[in-house]
Amino acid sequence: MLVERHPETAAASTLVLRVADWPGHLAGQHVDVRLTAEDGYQAVRSYSLAAPADGDQVEVTVQRTDGGEVSPFLADDLADGDAVEVRGPLGGWFVWRPETPGPVLLVAAGSGVVPLMAMVRARAGASRAPFRLVHSVRTPDDRIYGAELRRRVAEDAGLDVTWIYTRKAPDEDRRGTGRLQPEDLAAHGWPPDFEPTCYVCGPTGFVEAAAAMLLAAGHDPDRVRTERFGG
Amino acid sequence: MSIVTRGFRGRREGADDRLPPGQYLTHDFPVLSAGPTPVVSRDEWTFTVRSEGGERRTWSWAELTALPVEEVTVDIHCVTRWSRLDTVWRGVSLDALLEDVESAADFALVHSHGGYTTNLPLEDLLDGQAWIAFEHDGDDLSPEHGGPARLLVPHLYFWKSAKWVSGIDLLVQDEPGFWEQLGYHDYGDPWREQRYQGD
Repeated sequence: MLVERHPETAAASTLVLRVADWPGHLAGQHVDVRLTAEDGYQAVRSYSLAAPADGDQVEVTVQRTDGGEVSPFLADDLADGDAVEVRGPLGGWFVWRPETPGPVLLVAAGSGVVPLMAMVRARAGASRAPFRLVHSVRTPDDRIYGAELRRRVAEDAGLDVTWIYTRKAPDEDRRGTGRLQPEDLAAHGWPPDFEPTCYVCGPTGFVEAAAAMLLAAGHDPDRVRTERFGG
Repeated sequence: MSIVTRGFRGRREGADDRLPPGQYLTHDFPVLSAGPTPVVSRDEWTFTVRSEGGERRTWSWAELTALPVEEVTVDIHCVTRWSRLDTVWRGVSLDALLEDVESAADFALVHSHGGYTTNLPLEDLLDGQAWIAFEHDGDDLSPEHGGPARLLVPHLYFWKSAKWVSGIDLLVQDEPGFWEQLGYHDYGDPWREQRYQGD
């Protein structure tokens, strides 16, 4: 049941759902959300969990897909108190556990930051593993969780966040615009001999490119975990 | 029993009796992999069948493609809920690869370059149900879709169709593969919606 919704960007909203008997979950896991129409028609989509569970409340962040069947309904139309079916937690590979030692590199494009944000939030207070997040966005307005990440960085020496802008950068950003480059990961990631665990999430083209850059830089393929969405 | 979500109508396009329950139709070809795309050249590619008795049989790329090549048109169904209809593949039937292998095994554990594994009953690889595929829709299979060659078992969810396939172990006892150890179904029949363990 929806208990709260707040906008993250013009295109993305976070939904807080109350799920009876929620067993808890790991950062990086996802849920299947099933919607049923009055005549029995059903549609199911997977969404990454955005934060550790708060009792029986879980958060997902939904990026509206233009013309999509499910995401515009969830992001705009679902009202407080409305019921959806949630199955999960699902997925046991693209996860980070607070007891895992060693540095972590998070690389995301667009709403691919959602499961990585769950890791950033799960780390706070539970682990001292140093985290670096590189997030590729179109414009400054597309920084999902931007304000919270800036606050966390200011309070926490163990967390660094870099935004890569593909269309429009803030005036003070000296990098300018353009897709993620190997130099970006060299400057803002970890060297391979630090043996970071790398999590890469985003659209297929981005994940293929970023994972290939990490391998070319010398990262062990066994420490690069990927999650791709879209075509 | 399902809970009705107030106000939800859905779009219902792509409804088709060739779509298993819970699937939607897509026309592009999404990529799902747990890690980076391994780069495997045809020169170094091999495919090895190992029987439960330890007998090994290995094919090089040249040996594989010298076997009779079949063209098949099949529907494919990914556990992440997309389906594609009438996809065209060229490859070698597993019947041709397994016909000379002496085995009483009931199960298969498929291995990939890069370490991926998946398990399925051996009988699901036989009788014209499975191929080592190396061409898709008229082109060489691209690395992100499993090239140089992948397993193709279209009657099961597509994670069983291991990309970058490197070999098959024939086993007397079932042994769960990569996703199967992480909560996904041992068999994975899309028509019975066997997505996760317990389905």
